[in-house]
Amino acid sequence: MSDHESTYVPKTGVEKWLDSRLPIVRFGADYMSLPTPKNLNYWWTFGGILALCLAVQIATGIVLAMHYVPNVELAFASVERIMRDVNGGDLIRYTHANGASMFFIAVYLHMLRGLYYGSYKAPREMIWIVGCLIFFLMIATAFLGYVLPWGQMSYWGAEVITNLIGAIPVVGEPVLIWLRGGPAIDNATLNRFFSLHYLLPFVIAGCVVLHLWALHHAGQNNPVGILIPKDRLKKDTVPFHPYFTVKDGFAIVLFLILFAIFVFFMPNALGHADNYIPANPLVTPAHIVPEWYMLPFYAILRAIPDKFGGVVAMFAAIGVLFVLPWLDTSKVRSMRYRPAMRTFFVIFVLVGLGLGWCGAQLPDAPVVPGMPSFQLFDGQLNSYLWLTRLFTAYYFAFFLIIMPIVGLKETPLPIPATISEPVLPGGGDAMTAAAPASAEKKG
Amino acid sequence: MATMIPETSMRSMKKTLVLIAAAAGLALTAQPAAAAGGHGYALRNGNFSFEGPFGTFEQGQLQRGYKVYREVCAACHSMNLMSFRTLAEPGGPFYDADQVSAAENRFVKALAAEVQIADIDTETGEPIMRDGTAADRFPNPYPNATAAAAANGGAAPPDLSVMAKARAGGARYIYSLLTGYVAPPAELQIRPGQYYNAYMAGDLTPFMPEGSEHVPPGGFIAMPNPLMDGQVTYDDGSAETADQYARDVAAFIAWASDPKQVQRKQSGVGTLIFLLLFAGLTYMSYRRIWKGVAH
Repeated sequence: MSDHESTYVPKTGVEKWLDSRLPIVRFGADYMSLPTPKNLNYWWTFGGILALCLAVQIATGIVLAMHYVPNVELAFASVERIMRDVNGGDLIRYTHANGASMFFIAVYLHMLRGLYYGSYKAPREMIWIVGCLIFFLMIATAFLGYVLPWGQMSYWGAEVITNLIGAIPVVGEPVLIWLRGGPAIDNATLNRFFSLHYLLPFVIAGCVVLHLWALHHAGQNNPVGILIPKDRLKKDTVPFHPYFTVKDGFAIVLFLILFAIFVFFMPNALGHADNYIPANPLVTPAHIVPEWYMLPFYAILRAIPDKFGGVVAMFAAIGVLFVLPWLDTSKVRSMRYRPAMRTFFVIFVLVGLGLGWCGAQLPDAPVVPGMPSFQLFDGQLNSYLWLTRLFTAYYFAFFLIIMPIVGLKETPLPIPATISEPVLPGGGDAMTAAAPASAEKKG
Repeated sequence: MATMIPETSMRSMKKTLVLIAAAAGLALTAQPAAAAGGHGYALRNGNFSFEGPFGTFEQGQLQRGYKVYREVCAACHSMNLMSFRTLAEPGGPFYDADQVSAAENRFVKALAAEVQIADIDTETGEPIMRDGTAADRFPNPYPNATAAAAANGGAAPPDLSVMAKARAGGARYIYSLLTGYVAPPAELQIRPGQYYNAYMAGDLTPFMPEGSEHVPPGGFIAMPNPLMDGQVTYDDGSAETADQYARDVAAFIAWASDPKQVQRKQSGVGTLIFLLLFAGLTYMSYRRIWKGVAH
């Protein structure tokens, strides 16, 4: 993998000329022939799906930018005009709007896969860290983009989130004015958000190249989580193309079916109705909520009584992911062989969903209506405030306490010596004989 | 060294997936409910023809709805994003298969010509009023938002262009609201210029006597009940009742909020058929390529 030798042979004169000057064709060819563990399951297809998401967002976004008008008086109507008067504009805009949701569905599953199978551990720390950076940039890009239609949620979302910067001691206020381009959210804010919303996807694309470079160098993890010994390379890996291009391709088509169901039949199901009300700085919506994919972090923000503390916790919730490779003390990568950790992982996923749920509720609302409760510090115990705090505590404990301790204390299950071993009697040596039967079993 | 994947590990992974999928499904469906908020009545079902993946608009209903909008709602509510020509686009209330283009549709041209549009004389530069054309936007009942607010007790009537997208429940919400002017409980304190509506957003607790057990659902609205039986004449034999008017105008606004929705759903059906076939082909290619590779 890292010592994957190039098998590319330039054939024509042009290719030879180019290869000795800019070996870009070799780079692509090497990626296609990359030895890939053959036991990768469908959880490994989200990388390809995410590449598709980014391409779709950039392509639709470039067309939208041709018609969109970044002006507080005209932005809302220009978005509607795209959907009424631009050829295919309704599909382009709804694809872009729902594309953001699809992007986040895929990135969350991609990250959970990495978490479950220990893809962040040596020698793959940089793949994970660059991935976290991409995730952070995605959140920033999605937030900036949500402001552009200049509906009520756009405006008030921008108000709430930029105000967080103002909570930083000393420098907060000047930085806030600098970010907004003035004392309040206005035309200057919309213009710079539009500019940055166009810029960041290309920064993401650059990070994707680094992500793939690191992946190419360190090699892919696999569901068993072991490094493939050099002498097993031939037996345990297959070239990326055509084996994984076709498997990723199948998963991409399935993903497109989900995508199409939203775009064609329920394009506004994932959005908030209030964002079809033009922005009005004088009318605060009854309930300001971000898009669904930010709800867990929004919940963490609101769980902390102090505003600046909330900002710190929210950023820490993302920041902790960057140091994950050093928080996990286990020598075993895959949670397949870590039954104790697997239980904590399942709870973590449920807590993440729970945080998302809490983020959409009013903090004071009772979780179980009618259940007797009592005042605990600043809120009723039977309220989303305290449920959110419980979930937030687990979120951080999972990374900061559970991961380091369980890694040291647990007794992992025995780990196979090769990735073929769990599937094939004889460790895959009797490859052809066993093929028809085991082809039925997926990774 | 173990030679088998522990069965329990595979099973638990599958169980986890099912759990996660179920929770994600719940989270998705719960969001609109949370957004709608409160403890109101369930929205009334208008038996709309355009709901569901195969639903289409009834052209007669759209024409009736447009008539209700024009004769009743348009007195106070603008639809700034709507042009007359849009009424004649495929799927619209006045689409005619024989028309040269939407802008040349004879019904739409006649309807537009009935309104006066402020313009500038191209020769003299003087402000003038001229007959509307199909390319014109629907006229705004008020010169600006301040005038609209001043004429309506301080609350400008909202623009209706995208109203079905701007309220949770869409057409059902509009239909429910327009028929939601039920008699309020006697002890509810209603301020002057306000009306009780069972489907309006709000919390009426402060307007009920202290300690009331049954706070009515709904809220206050500045718009009086706009629709009365017999107010608009229908020439297609449909019932001239407030309920029918509400249903028709809700359908019209649902169409106007997203005029391409039916064409989009129809292309969606084709797209899904294609994707399903493509998925089948890709899967067969996958099986064929991986044939003989144990994994």
